[in-house]
Amino acid sequence: MKLLELDHIQKTFAENEVIHDISLSVEEGEILSIIGRSGSGKTTILRCATLLEAIDGGEIRYLGETAVKAVNGKPVFAAKEEMKKIRGYYGMVFQSFNLFPHRSVLQNIMDAPLLVQKRKKNEVLEEARKLLAKMGLSDKENAYPCQLSGGQCQRVAIARALAMGPKILFFDEPTSALDPELTGEVLKVIKSLADLHITMVIVTHEMQFAKDISDRVIFMDQGVIAEEGTPDEVFNSENQRMRDFLGRYSSEGALK
Amino acid sequence: MNQMMLDLTQGMGRSLLIFILTLIFSLPLGLLVSFGRMSKIAPLRWLVKIYISVMRGTPLMLQLMVVYFGPFFIFGIQISNDYRFYAVLIGFAINYAAYFAEIYRGGIESMPAGQYEAAQILGYTKVQTFMRIILPQVIKRILPSLANEIITLVKDTSLAFAISYTEMFFEAKAWASKESNMFPYLIAAVFYYIFNMAVAIILERIEKSQSYYK
Repeated sequence: MKLLELDHIQKTFAENEVIHDISLSVEEGEILSIIGRSGSGKTTILRCATLLEAIDGGEIRYLGETAVKAVNGKPVFAAKEEMKKIRGYYGMVFQSFNLFPHRSVLQNIMDAPLLVQKRKKNEVLEEARKLLAKMGLSDKENAYPCQLSGGQCQRVAIARALAMGPKILFFDEPTSALDPELTGEVLKVIKSLADLHITMVIVTHEMQFAKDISDRVIFMDQGVIAEEGTPDEVFNSENQRMRDFLGRYSSEGALK
Repeated sequence: MNQMMLDLTQGMGRSLLIFILTLIFSLPLGLLVSFGRMSKIAPLRWLVKIYISVMRGTPLMLQLMVVYFGPFFIFGIQISNDYRFYAVLIGFAINYAAYFAEIYRGGIESMPAGQYEAAQILGYTKVQTFMRIILPQVIKRILPSLANEIITLVKDTSLAFAISYTEMFFEAKAWASKESNMFPYLIAAVFYYIFNMAVAIILERIEKSQSYYK
């Protein structure tokens, strides 16, 4: 069963970031990286898939259930109950973390499972502590986001997303707001999730990371998928746009 | 002398009552008004905009007179003596709600979209998002501006004298003309000042209680 299907997605903004007719699907347990230069539409893809943006064309399905379908350029979302269920399928980690600053680390992680999923407090607390241990943040459970480094914040954000038990986790440039030093610790955590076979879609500028972690890589350029395949296929592609893009990175020393 | 102090103290009590009741009514009302001001429905938005503009563009003293005398002069309704107090409350509440609404709006509009997006992804409803995520942060952001208005309100309660409500300033004025000296005004000034000091201290405490995060 395909976990996520994007079927001929189109999205136009008043600005120039545009998606032209993109189709892709994600299998259960798969790790997909989306690379491409800024403005190529990769973040927009994630925002459409997570229903933060409404699509202008195409259809998005989770486990075969239609979440949104564009009819005559207008998005039609699933019924309320259906949407609630579909929203439970996915989680998202943002570039700017978007932790709730007025709540402690533990509250950030526990609030949604308690409030939205109405789970038992003991159970949620136990799981939150396990997640924090996995993130290496057991000593920070009562800290507030402003007392943490960017890397620690992002790890809390990952724990918060995992606490909801999503079937698929989206990462929108999870390390772009971090210094190189802190980037490593976040990438390490994401890699550890890969070992647990959590389905992930990762938009990233970390080429080496994308190469190491992904089952499949998509290279986006000007709102279309320019190249798609295994990391080996994509990173060794003869596609000129891909070569140009990678050239910039290797000259910056990001790709060894 | 004792009678004067008694009258002034009673006036003080009434000023305090106006102050507290005005806050109780206008703080929630202001939030509702700010929603109207930010509504997607254009006619509602414009109506609220006009309301805020009138409330902020005309003197509160005049508004109190309209609320108090309006029912008689406009509709010919005989106004009872009890109505005086209600007129004070209505006048203050709708005036202050307009100011508070603009403060709320500034706070709400300053919230980063990421907070809404994170809550949406986590499955919060719109009401849950506002009550648990947005409003607490908005309150922290707007506390300094709210504090300004609240301190102004302490002094504005004296405007109720315009429709002969016997709050402290009314008493002070009455005693000053009776005794032909400034002493009652001096006492009133000290009262208002202490009143405001207390308010400022409380507001500072609230602000401090929110300083645990940035």
